[in-house]
Amino acid sequence: MNKELSVISDIILSIENVNHTYYDDTDNHVEALQDINLEVRRGEFLSIIGSSGCGKTTLLRLIAGLEKPETGKLILNGEQIFGPDPQRGYVFQQGGLFQWLTVEKNIAVGLKARHVYKENKERIAHYIDLIGLKGFEKSYPHQISGGMAQRVAIARALINNPRVLLLDEPMGALDSFTRADIQDKLLEMRKENDTTMILVTHDVDEAIYLSDRIVIMTPRPGRISEIMEVKLPHPRSRGGSEFLAIRKDILEKLHLASALPQPEYTI
Amino acid sequence: MENSVEIGLPIPANIKAKPLKKGLKAVSTKAWGGYFSLTLLGFAIAILANLLVRQIADVEIKTYTLAGIPVTFNTLYQLVLGAIIVIYAISGIYSYSDPYRRAKFASRAPFHFVMGLALTAWDILGTKLLLLPQPFFPGPAKILESFLMEGDFIWENTLYSLRLFAAGFSLGVIFGIGTGIIIGWFPKVYYWVYPILKITGVIPAVAWMPFALTLFPTPFSAAVFLIVICAWFSIAALTAQGIQSTPKSLFEIARTLGAKTPFLVFRIAVPQAMPQIFTGIANANGFAFTTLVMAEMMGQPGGLGYYINLSKVWSAYYKVFASILVMAVLFSLIMKGIGLIQARVLRWQKGWVKE
Repeated sequence: MNKELSVISDIILSIENVNHTYYDDTDNHVEALQDINLEVRRGEFLSIIGSSGCGKTTLLRLIAGLEKPETGKLILNGEQIFGPDPQRGYVFQQGGLFQWLTVEKNIAVGLKARHVYKENKERIAHYIDLIGLKGFEKSYPHQISGGMAQRVAIARALINNPRVLLLDEPMGALDSFTRADIQDKLLEMRKENDTTMILVTHDVDEAIYLSDRIVIMTPRPGRISEIMEVKLPHPRSRGGSEFLAIRKDILEKLHLASALPQPEYTI
Repeated sequence: MENSVEIGLPIPANIKAKPLKKGLKAVSTKAWGGYFSLTLLGFAIAILANLLVRQIADVEIKTYTLAGIPVTFNTLYQLVLGAIIVIYAISGIYSYSDPYRRAKFASRAPFHFVMGLALTAWDILGTKLLLLPQPFFPGPAKILESFLMEGDFIWENTLYSLRLFAAGFSLGVIFGIGTGIIIGWFPKVYYWVYPILKITGVIPAVAWMPFALTLFPTPFSAAVFLIVICAWFSIAALTAQGIQSTPKSLFEIARTLGAKTPFLVFRIAVPQAMPQIFTGIANANGFAFTTLVMAEMMGQPGGLGYYINLSKVWSAYYKVFASILVMAVLFSLIMKGIGLIQARVLRWQKGWVKE
């Protein structure tokens, strides 16, 4: 479908013929992913959207290298993915900060793990500034709010200068104000580093607000049903008519439009 | 507070003033005076009773010379009470300006007062009237006389116990954490070693005494061995459990950040297991005191347990009590020290877990 485009634009990540099945103890198996082919462009913001159980998190975990695909391969910059690597930063649903480390030490973990702490430690302050947590450097994770913790998790992944940042519903558990705030922060950070970002979400508005392209997946078996381009300029207005049109389109494609009443406003 | 933080108001994350715990009543600076006097009053009564109540029973009161000054056990007893008064006075004055410390000091005042009264009663019954069954229950002054008689010897034995404990316990902690990490990290090791650890762990360490005495060249090293194994089991088991309880997601996060196995073990699993490791250390601490004293009573050339045995032979029960008193102070100090280390290492838990 995107043959021509892929030749022109630079492809950073290609997913080829990936199938993945989960087996449990009782011989049941779930086809989490079936025949997935996807090319991610360098520097783009790609969202993967779909109802729960459509395999979107599995796909993200495969890209991260946390699991190996049953068949098929994933190729980043010409190299096949075999395991986790700091080139592919990952932000989990529940930030998963290390409780025994302060905010600044959490952000520094990547530097320490890669043994490049000494030469890079002045960058920590920059990232703390970027996520707006100045004054909280010495706080422990339980002393800050959920939104702040999620921002720390994002900064922690970004300090490694990843080529690709994988975001697994990082704003899922947050209130709408905090969510909007982090969404803007993400766009800001992407501008700064030119990082490719892949976001898994079930929030249609979030996907439209952030993405260059949206991948729609359907469950059982998890498949890509459609890839949509979002050609709105940033900053996007969440209430704009084009925005709402795309929204309606996606909801229809998710077979949800008929089930949901049209909301009068959005945040 | 959460919302105001979100919109960026500069609220300090670390709240300086400690809030009062449940059941701790706030005390005004005015009321503090009352609690201060109450704390000191009991011990003052004890001193006065010792000074003023006539020695009715016929008790031999020997005079010793301490730094050229003639001293009886009563003088020493009064000095100790005086020292207690000075210490509590200092801690009381120190508590005056801080509401939390003031409330804590005040809450203990009745207990301290009654302690003073109890000492008074004990002194009168045990020394002045000699009504308690002797020689099993000497008065407080008589117990302190041991320090006048052979303070050097008690000090020597205290040092011996302390050396034994330090050597055995620190080795036990090192081995315990070390093997605990290996058992917890490698499933194969867990499979083969953990059951052995579980079975041997319930055996009191002193049961190995005959074995230890033949295997080790000196009684000291044999006792160190016993303390090591008693500390080792509890610490190794809890360390292994702590390592195994690390959420898988924490390892995944660390791996996506570039962590390799050594980092995962020592920077993720071990810090995550620290609360459990300290539970193990606290358990081991209690076992180690028991093992220490029993080992000393059963075949050591020194130590507080040895001193008890020695004194028992001569029916010098006041010396037994003196030894117990030293143990109480020594072991409390050790526990306090370990508690301070724990509070420092686990400071990230403060305000997060129920204390």
